[in-house]
Amino acid sequence: MMKKLILGVLLLNLLAACSSNPPKEETMEPATTSAAEAPAADTQAAADAQAAADAQAAADAQAAADAQAALMEKNSVYFPFDVDAVQAADRETIMNHAEYLASHPDVKVRVEGNADERGSSEYNLGLGQRRAKNTKRALVLGGAQDAQIETVSYGEEKPRCSEHNEACWAQNRRADINYSAQ
Amino acid sequence: MKRWILSCLMFFAVPAHAVLNIEITGAGEHQTPISLVRFSGDAAIAQGLLELVSNDLNRTGLFKLIDPAGKSPHEPRDIRPAEWAGVEAVLIGTVEPQAEGKVAVKFRLLDLVRNAELMSQVVTAKEDQVRAIGHRIADLVYERLTGSPGVFSTRIAYVSRDAGVYRLVVADSDGDNEQALLTSREPIMSPAWSPDGRQIAYVSFEKSRAMVYVQSLTSRQRTLIADFPGSNSAPSWSPDGSKIAMVLTRDDESQIYIANSNGKHLRRITYSEAIDTEPSFSPDGSSLLFTSDRGGSPQIYRVSIEGGNAERLTFESGNAFSPRFHPDGKSFVFAHFREGVFHIAVYDIESRQTQILTVGGWEKKPSFAPNGKMILFATELQGRGILATVSSDGRVKQKMVAQRGDIREPMWGPFLK
Repeated sequence: MMKKLILGVLLLNLLAACSSNPPKEETMEPATTSAAEAPAADTQAAADAQAAADAQAAADAQAAADAQAALMEKNSVYFPFDVDAVQAADRETIMNHAEYLASHPDVKVRVEGNADERGSSEYNLGLGQRRAKNTKRALVLGGAQDAQIETVSYGEEKPRCSEHNEACWAQNRRADINYSAQ
Repeated sequence: MKRWILSCLMFFAVPAHAVLNIEITGAGEHQTPISLVRFSGDAAIAQGLLELVSNDLNRTGLFKLIDPAGKSPHEPRDIRPAEWAGVEAVLIGTVEPQAEGKVAVKFRLLDLVRNAELMSQVVTAKEDQVRAIGHRIADLVYERLTGSPGVFSTRIAYVSRDAGVYRLVVADSDGDNEQALLTSREPIMSPAWSPDGRQIAYVSFEKSRAMVYVQSLTSRQRTLIADFPGSNSAPSWSPDGSKIAMVLTRDDESQIYIANSNGKHLRRITYSEAIDTEPSFSPDGSSLLFTSDRGGSPQIYRVSIEGGNAERLTFESGNAFSPRFHPDGKSFVFAHFREGVFHIAVYDIESRQTQILTVGGWEKKPSFAPNGKMILFATELQGRGILATVSSDGRVKQKMVAQRGDIREPMWGPFLK
């Protein structure tokens, strides 16, 4: 598993070779969960232990929900003009989602590729498909299973922003990791 | 430069359907001076025909319409050439009521220079088909005076996007008489006419990703012809209507395939690791133009329908997209993106020369009229997508401003057979 993650990070570094940004230090926080130790000496102790375990389970569930909410909050990766390689700046987003998918093998996602308007609609459909495919590839290298991820392209048909300027185009050149489409 | 604003004329011409204003700039190198005399008979129909024929002819930039100044001949014998100095041709005619709500429109085109009758015809139709009669008359006048068939009776297709609703629209060549073929909450792209004008292939995302459908204009019945994994897009009909070229990503990259028009017997044409898209059949059906970034940037290539090596045609700075052949197969039109804007450009295959026809903007998806004299494309006005045309010599331009919605992906239909 760790090997796969390292491989994924290396690949992302390779993919990012054309980016002008220097690669950031990779700091992956290990997800720590402490199991409650509760030796049952008597019934009271057992009940206490049960209550503690329940509280811990609730806290764990809350933490998991928070973690998922945080994950969902950042579910887009962005691309330079006419480029379809996943960028170094999005390494953390990719790894977070890859890890989540690896630890939740029943979850399925759809990766949706998009493009800005500076091409024909059909060329942009192809470009969005490539972006979705490369995002999927990065997720799989990070530990997700191939069967968990469907790819789709919207080309320039569903812009997030519709003005003719770079700030807008930059938002439209992206792939979204969509958990609710399945 | 001459400039007409026709919106005021449109008010009289087609009050019930007037959804477009048309602004024309430029004029042909030679303008034939012609007078259109209001036909005798039913005044409303005669006036409607006069406005329709005037608008059609004006839009070409090839005619100088001269007011008959009160003269109203309806038969050749009523015309005294001395009174028509400077006029080369006169259109006269009559509107006669027939049984069952029909009218017979009889019209003649007279050449005052050679003192000859260029055309004499009778068209009978229902009263509510006055638009069709007017376009037909304009087609025949255009053909007699320029030598090329007119395209006023042909139709166009495009996609309109308004408040999250997408419509696939078919309209007359002047943008009027709109009919929605499909309405959807998901994007619609790339309408393509069958060569007989009876069916349209297009891309719809209604099943959450791009799939290719073919729909009949008469029965409205439609068939899903490509729903492979990934994207299915960019349909283009072969000239005989038996095949459809399209782009599939089912084998990884966007690649070009040819199938029968029902989607069966799929055959892969291109094998590249690039985006190959927007195939367009040559008029003789032997080859395809397409867009590919195999050389690093999107440019136009040509490949035989048997596959094999593709030949790169454009070597433009910037990018080239959306090639469509001229009906004579000797040139093609494309969208040229350079220095931040799109231009409509024509590439001559033999001389390998590119001619840029427009000043530039968000100008995309050009297609030739079936007579090769005009090019329809999508552009933008005040942030909204609109239709525009340019004559194939670049001299005459017009913008068709719809009252609502964002218009994209236009495609000029064929001659109706």
